[in-house]
Parts: sequence; C-alpha cells; structure tokens
Amino acid sequence: MTDQDHALSGAYAVDALDDLERARFEAHLSNCPDCRDEVDGLREASALLGIDAVEPSPALRAAVLAGIKDIRPLPPILEEPEVRDELAERRTRRLLSRVPLLVAAAVVLLLAVGTAWVRPWSEETTPGQGPQLSPAEQIIAAADATSVEKHFPDGAVATIVHSRSLGRALIKTEDMPPAPAGKVYELWFQTPAGEMVRAGLMPPLRDQTFPLEGDGSRAVGVGITVEPAGGSDQPSAEPIAYFPLT
Amino acid sequence: MQPVPDAAAGAPLAGAAAAAGPDLGGLLKLSARGDTVAFSQLYDATASRIHGLVVRVVRDRAQAEEVTQEVFLEVWRQSGRFDPERGSALSWLMTIAHRKAVDRVRSAEAASRRDVAYEQHNQVPDHDVTAEAAHASLEARRVRAALTHLTTVQREAIELAYFGGYTHTEVAALLDLPVGTAKTRIRDGLIRLRDTIGVGR
Repeated sequence: MTDQDHALSGAYAVDALDDLERARFEAHLSNCPDCRDEVDGLREASALLGIDAVEPSPALRAAVLAGIKDIRPLPPILEEPEVRDELAERRTRRLLSRVPLLVAAAVVLLLAVGTAWVRPWSEETTPGQGPQLSPAEQIIAAADATSVEKHFPDGAVATIVHSRSLGRALIKTEDMPPAPAGKVYELWFQTPAGEMVRAGLMPPLRDQTFPLEGDGSRAVGVGITVEPAGGSDQPSAEPIAYFPLT
Repeated sequence: MQPVPDAAAGAPLAGAAAAAGPDLGGLLKLSARGDTVAFSQLYDATASRIHGLVVRVVRDRAQAEEVTQEVFLEVWRQSGRFDPERGSALSWLMTIAHRKAVDRVRSAEAASRRDVAYEQHNQVPDHDVTAEAAHASLEARRVRAALTHLTTVQREAIELAYFGGYTHTEVAALLDLPVGTAKTRIRDGLIRLRDTIGVGR
C-alpha cells in the first residue's frame, strides 16, 4: 500500500478518523502487519495520556457487576493475526478446490428438482434444458467459477464467486457489520479500462449471498465502497475491499 | 539455582501498566472464563483510570457514567479477545474506553455538551483528588516530561484528537493546518511519545 495509508496509523490509534476513513484503514490493516504493529505501539503511547483518575460512583460498580451476569464472554480468536493472510489464502484454495464439489451438489440439486418440470406451476423450467437454478446456484455451479476471499479485522469475511463464462458474480458475507447509519455498501465491477461500474447495493444483512447486478464477463475486479443511502453512480471513496478477478 | 519467588512470576508490564498492581492480563483471562470475582478485581484496579479518560472526553458526568458502564460490559464481553502479544492490558482497556467515549461525543444528542458540561465539571470536582493525584503523580511526571519533547503543534493536535474527540480533518481546521497534515503531526507526535517513554515497539 502507499505512504498515504501508513500515514493514518496515528490518527487511527487515537480514533481521529471518520467512519469512511476508518473502514478503509481497517481494510488496509488486515493486509499490513507493519501498520498493525505500529498502531499497537501508538495505542500503548496514547493510553499514557489519560493519567487523570476519576472515581466513578459506587452505583456504577454495582450496575456493571449486575450487568455482566447477562453477558456471555466471546470466545477467543483462534487465528494468529500474523498468519491470517496465509490462512486466508489456504482457505481460498480450499474453497476453490471445493468448487467441483459444489458442481456435484448442483447436479444433485438439479436431479432433485428435475422432476418438478412436469408440475404446471414451474413454467420457468424448460424440458430438455434442465430446470433453472437460482442465479447464485448457476454462478457457483459454473465450470469456470473462481472465488476470492477477504478477511476484515473485526472477523467479518466476504467472498466473491465469479464466473466469466456466465458474466456473473456473487458476494457471500459472514458476520459483516452493517454500513454506518445512513450509508450502504455498494458493489462495483472494475472494467479492464479501470472504470468502476455499478453492480448493486448490498442488502443490510450480516450473512448473505447476493448476486451482483450487471455484466461481469470482462471485469478485472470487484470493489465494495461505502456510499450514502440509495447508492452513487460513481464510487465516492476508495473501496473498503477490493477483489481481483482472474 | 534459587527457586523463583512468587512475586517474580508475573512479568512486569511495560509503560502504561508499569504501576504496581494486579496482573490485569491475568484477570482478563480469568474473566473470559466467566470468573466474576476476577472481573470485579479488574474493575477495582482500573475503574478510576478508565472513568478519568471517559470524563475528560465526554465531560458530562451523567453521560460519562453511562459510557464507563458500557466500556466495562464490553471489556467483559471481549475479555477473551485480549492478546498480550499485541500490547498491555491497560492499553487495551483504554482503547475500548476511548473509542466508546469518542463515539458518544460524536453522536448527535451530545452536540451541546462541549460548553455547558465542561464548566460544571471544572467547577465541581466531587472526587478525592489528593489521593489519586499522589498515586498518579510519578507516572504523570514521566508523561509530562515526555510531552515536552513534542513540538507545540504535535502536542496540540494529539490533545485535540485524543481528549477533544475531533477527527484529524477537524484538528487541521482548528489549528489552521493545511488539510491532510494534522494526521502526520498526530502520528509523528505519538511516535516520539512512544520512543521517549519506551513503550510499544
């Protein structure tokens, strides 16, 4: 990444970034161990600034100790941050190697619904060509399907599955926090010329599989930006995540 | 070989946590397993420090108490996520507290706190300043000495960001700095502070 990204480490350590900058910098942090180390050290330094002690009321102590009874501590994160990128790569390879299995699964699905074409309400089923799969199923089942996975520092995972022959892609998110209030996540296909073309607004769900809109047959990458509600015609900021397509 | 005395078992914590006291990292670890007694010890050891930071940022006493409560509930929830490889337990706690305090002052309903509440706070100190001041004085002297190594602009930029809760863009405007330079001042100042006091890496 550029010096521009590194330069935000101090402002990030003291929470002096706005929401968009923070999302972008955290995306950068997930790929930059140097910046992670620097942020840790600068937080250590900034923590020293708060040296004035103020005793909270005794009622607060009672409220806290009563409050924790209803809260289950989260499990530890089992991944080492230093090897996360390697793990992510391995996971991507694993997912890639699973694509043929997904094809097999799709075939099973196809057989399962294959009998449905005789039903009067399945007009969309064309005998002889097999039943229609959902757009997402078609993308996953495509022979040339590839996937790119991205891990965010807060544990969220986003995966793009892309089929060049179909010209389609989908995004699958796991535990992805919603965009800041009044904002949406917007998806973009990047053209070989470097242009970003709208590919839809992600529904505000933490876990979802969402087929991108538009033609991705020539796309060289997929980006996610944070945009005002309703989306934008052009990205208004650098992507918080970018997925290069092969 | 002499047997290692118990007192030496807990490795001294760097910088922020250097003041003698319980092993905060150990208490966090026990908290993650659901040990409420360990958590109450953690609270007693750190509440005044955490609350001091929250009050400084939020200023309004009632809101500050709400934020400090949120902070400790979050600390309990996240206790298993503390990673001693990445820094001291106190720094981890202060990071959570600072983020929550800044979120509060940036939210709309707190828009008016900067004027009224600050006056109230400064006129009515309702806690025992003397004892805490004595306790904190040694560390405070070190930090103040380290701050003198910063340029005026670095110090002002860090204080506006850290205690004022302003973004680096707002800090630039407040200090009449060219757009984009406040973030550099903040970073340079923090690096110098880190290296002068000898914390972090």
